[in-house]
Amino acid sequence: MTDSNYDEIMRLLCDRLSALTDSELLITPDTNLISQLSIDSIKLLNLIMEIEDTFDVSIPINGLTDVQTVRQLADLVYKVKSTS
Amino acid sequence: MKLLEKLDAAAAARKALLPNGVGAFGIPIEEVYSATEARIGNRRVLLLGTNNYLGLTFAPECIRAAHEAIDKEGTGTTGSRMANGSYYGHRALEKEFAEFYKCSSGIVFTTGYQANLGTISGLVGPGDTVLIDGDSHASIYDGCILSGADIIRFKHNDMGDMEKRLRRLGDRTETTLVIAEGIYSMLGDQAPLAEIVRLKKAYNCILLLDEAHSLGVLGETGQGLVEHTGLLEEVDFITGTFSKSLCSIGGFCVSNHPQLEQLRYVSHPYIFTASPSPATIASTRAALELLRTGTHLRKQLWNNCTQLYAQLSGAGYHLGPDAGPVIAAIVDTPQQALLLWQKLLEHNIYVNLILPPAAPEGKSLVRCSVNAAHTTEQINYVGETFSKLYSLVN
Ligand SMILES: Cc1ncc(COP(=O)(O)O)c(C=O)c1O
Repeated sequence: MTDSNYDEIMRLLCDRLSALTDSELLITPDTNLISQLSIDSIKLLNLIMEIEDTFDVSIPINGLTDVQTVRQLADLVYKVKSTS
Repeated sequence: MKLLEKLDAAAAARKALLPNGVGAFGIPIEEVYSATEARIGNRRVLLLGTNNYLGLTFAPECIRAAHEAIDKEGTGTTGSRMANGSYYGHRALEKEFAEFYKCSSGIVFTTGYQANLGTISGLVGPGDTVLIDGDSHASIYDGCILSGADIIRFKHNDMGDMEKRLRRLGDRTETTLVIAEGIYSMLGDQAPLAEIVRLKKAYNCILLLDEAHSLGVLGETGQGLVEHTGLLEEVDFITGTFSKSLCSIGGFCVSNHPQLEQLRYVSHPYIFTASPSPATIASTRAALELLRTGTHLRKQLWNNCTQLYAQLSGAGYHLGPDAGPVIAAIVDTPQQALLLWQKLLEHNIYVNLILPPAAPEGKSLVRCSVNAAHTTEQINYVGETFSKLYSLVN
């Protein structure tokens, strides 16, 4: 998955996540949302709402159970976006 | 032991947030004196953090009914509603709830948490959708997760946001269950039910309303927000709990859809748990009658609510948008909230402390719950004490 849609999603997520975290860490696809960025469950749920609005898609939050890293989150958004 | 280390990490995070505040949760209550007073440590405290909205925890009618049931039927049913746990009282209470809401059927669950789990997971499944308010109670989230349906949240009480998400769902709205609450437990605000009903009709969805905090509190006979807004007939399923205004433990769902009865055969939270004890059912039946006829209790409750809301807001506190039995002071940091909570306890007032992520928008809450048994003097004292302590959060 290296198409431009995926890159756009990844860029957006990194931007939004860095605004949401107090961590100084450079955010990469392998950064862990909880253990490294301390993004709590509510912040993550609200981020999903924002992404839904940005791309005009419905992203069921059930999918988040498998999400630990930025890459996994991008994969989820990409999957929803490309099947909608 | 790796598995257990995760819990150690959670404990460390909690301690780091509030080094001295760990005792604020699960505080030991040593003795209960009445609907408004108890002993914590060696203090006699005023209780402003219970869900005892009508003040019925010591109602003689309920206590008598519970005693009689224990004497006649023993301490527990020792079995599921599906097997040996459906006594006369359970069935009678179901009928009474259905009549109270003018519905064709009602189901009693063992807790309100299970009422939401059992109803939601019985109504929707994989391939269906639930559209829920972002500030929904954990029992609603957990019921949705248990169901396997796709979970979509809308911004708390934001009808433009709800409609946007409905529109996005397209023809999936026909298999969508919308869920809202009568009064939200964090800020005490009410759902915009008329607008929710308009949207659920326009998009052809099913609507479930949890009246946990509004039962007994809103409406002429205490049905909740459905009665307060005159929209009883527009709501498909109503759930609620016995653990607040009814002062016992248990939950219910009522509906005019005949399909509700099917939940008894498919809903695990209904089937795979023991039914409420006879004493619980008996006191709940007595309390429901007091609730239905308790116009004077609601009047006293609302006098207390408006008085405390006015006092706290006059003192400068930032509160939720609606006056009601749940009055939450919204505080910027957990440390300020803990300090205020501790000082209130030093003044012999017990309230609830709510920290992020449980509190909305990263804020912390010092939350009061008012009841009908509080006297004007007690409410005054609470208002004055909050006022005196305002500098702690400003
Ligand atoms: C909105 C809401 N629904 C359901 C419940 C669960 O009720 P119960 O205490 O009977 O499990 C609660 C109580 O915490 C609640 O606040």
